[in-house]
Amino acid sequence: MMRAREILVAAVAAAAILLLTLAVPWLRFVFTIAIAKGITVLGILVLLRAGQVSFGHALYLSFGAYIVAFAAPFCPEALLLLPLAALGATLLGLVIGLFVSRYRDIFFGMLNLALSMVFYSTLEKFYSITHGTDGIRLARTTFLGMTLTPETQAWTALGLALLLAAVFAILVRIYLESPMGHGLSAIKTREARLEFMGISAQRVLLAAYVLSAFMAGCGGFIVAMATRQVTPSLAYWTASGELVFIAILGGTGSVLGPFLGAIAYELTRVYAAALFAEGWQMILGAVLLLVILFAPGGLWSILRRMARQRVGRDARP
Amino acid sequence: MSVCLSARGLHLAFGGVRAADGIDLDVMTGEFLAIIGPNGAGKTTFINMTTGYLKPLAGSITFSGQSIIGLTPRRIVELGIARSFQLPQVFLEHSVLENVALAIAARTGFWKPSRPLLSPDVAAEAHDIIAKFGLADIADRGADTLNEGARKLTDIAMALALRPRLLLMDEPTSGVAAADKMEVVATLARVLREAGVTAVFVEHDMEVVDRFADRVAVWSQGRISALGTPGAVLSDPRVQRDVIGTRLVEAPHASA
Repeated sequence: MMRAREILVAAVAAAAILLLTLAVPWLRFVFTIAIAKGITVLGILVLLRAGQVSFGHALYLSFGAYIVAFAAPFCPEALLLLPLAALGATLLGLVIGLFVSRYRDIFFGMLNLALSMVFYSTLEKFYSITHGTDGIRLARTTFLGMTLTPETQAWTALGLALLLAAVFAILVRIYLESPMGHGLSAIKTREARLEFMGISAQRVLLAAYVLSAFMAGCGGFIVAMATRQVTPSLAYWTASGELVFIAILGGTGSVLGPFLGAIAYELTRVYAAALFAEGWQMILGAVLLLVILFAPGGLWSILRRMARQRVGRDARP
Repeated sequence: MSVCLSARGLHLAFGGVRAADGIDLDVMTGEFLAIIGPNGAGKTTFINMTTGYLKPLAGSITFSGQSIIGLTPRRIVELGIARSFQLPQVFLEHSVLENVALAIAARTGFWKPSRPLLSPDVAAEAHDIIAKFGLADIADRGADTLNEGARKLTDIAMALALRPRLLLMDEPTSGVAAADKMEVVATLARVLREAGVTAVFVEHDMEVVDRFADRVAVWSQGRISALGTPGAVLSDPRVQRDVIGTRLVEAPHASA
C-alpha cells in the first residue's frame, strides 16, 4: 500500500535526520531550515496541483518570521509565537488570496511576486521600525515557561519543525484526497465545468491559497527560531524562486517530495558553497537541469522508481 | 402539465449575427423537447442563455416561475438546471469514476476536506450512474484516454449526477458510435424518465428525434420556425426542405 510505504519512508527519514544531527551538530541548522522550507513548499505543491505557480510565497514565510521577531519581546513563549505567526500569515493570505485567486497562470505568479516585493521594500525602507536590511535580532524565547538558551532553542526549532512537517504532510494528504483537493486539478484541466457543477473554482483555489499561507507562516516561525535573526532577504524574490525550485526538484507526486527536495537543496547548497565559493549557484542550476531532463517527476519519482525496481527484483523467483 | 422553463422575447446578437431574434418557448415539466435546425441557427446560444453563460440583450427566462436572467451558472445549477456540452467538458487528470464522483460531491458536500472524494456512498452512487451509461468497464480509465463517444457519455453522466430537474444537452449523440447510438439514447431516456427529469436536447439525428422527443422545436436564424410533435413537425414540407432536406439528399452519398 502506497500510504504505508510513505509513512515508513517519512519515519525512517525523521530518525535519520535526528541521528545525523546528533553525530554532526552543524547539520542541525541545515536540516531545520530545510524542513521549514519543506513545509512552505508543501503549500506551493498544493497550488501546483491547480496548475498555479506562486513566485511570491516567501512573503508568507517572512511575514510569519517577522511576527515572531516583533512579538517575542512581549510574548516570549514559543508555543504562543507559533500560532501567532500562523494566524498572521493566514489572515494576510486570506486578504491577498481574495484578490489573486481571481487570476490564473502568469498573472497569478506575477501578482504574488509583486506583492512579496512590496513587503520586501516595506521591510527595507521603514528603518525606524524594521531596522532595514540589518533585520531584527530575536529576543530570548521560552518553551513551556522555560527560558531557552541558543542551544536548547535550536533543538526546540528542529523538534517543532519535524512535528509540524509530519502533521502537515498527513493533513495535506487527506486534503488532496477530498473533493476540494481533487477540485484543484479540476481547475487545471476544466475550470469552467466546475462552475457548471455549482462549484466556485475561485473558492477552491482560495482555500488552497490560505492553507499554503498558513503553512508558510509556520515555516517562518521555525526560520526565526533557528536563525534568531530575521532580515528582509527572507522576503526577497529569490527566496520565493528558491521555494518553486525546491518544489520542482522534490516533485509534486507526493507530500514527501517537498521535504526531499528541501533537504537535497540545502545539502547541495552547503557542499557546493564549500567546494566552489563563487560558483555554487551554477551547481544548483545544473542539478535542477538534470532533474528536469531525466526525472520530470522530481527526486521523489526517482526514489519511487528505485523502490519499484527493487520490489520487482525481489518478486522474481 | 405545468411549465418548467419559460422563455419570452429573447434577443442576442454577436456583431451582425442574430443568434436569438425573439425566442418564445415554454418547456413543460417532464417532457423531452428536441431542438433541431441548421448550424448557426442559435441552438447552443439558447442553452448558453438558459444556463447563465450568456446574458440576453432583451427578454426573460423563468424556471419554475423564478427569473434566472442575470444569475451566475453556479446559482442556476443550484436551482436545478444542469447541462452537458457539445464538446465534452471532463476533467482530464481524473478517471471516469472520479469525474462522476466530483459531480456527486458537488451536489452532496464538496467543502469537507476530511472526507475522501471516493467515500463509500459517493463511490457507490458513481458506480451506479456509470453502470447505467454502460461505462462500467472503463470506470478507472483516465478521461484523457477515452474516445469521443465515451467522453460524451461521461459528460452527460456528470450532468445527471447533479440530479437536476431540467437537463439541457447539446448534441448528446454526436461522437457516439452509430451502432451504439440508439441503445445509448434509449438508456438515457429511460434514466431521465425514471428520475422525472425534464430534458431539452439539441439533436441532428432525425431518427433519435422522432423516437425520443415529445415535441420538436425548429430553430432558424435565431427564431423558432416550427414547434410541435415529431410526427407533425418532421413531415412539414418547409422543415423537410430547410432542415432535413439536405440530409436526405446527402444520405445516399454517405452510405455509398
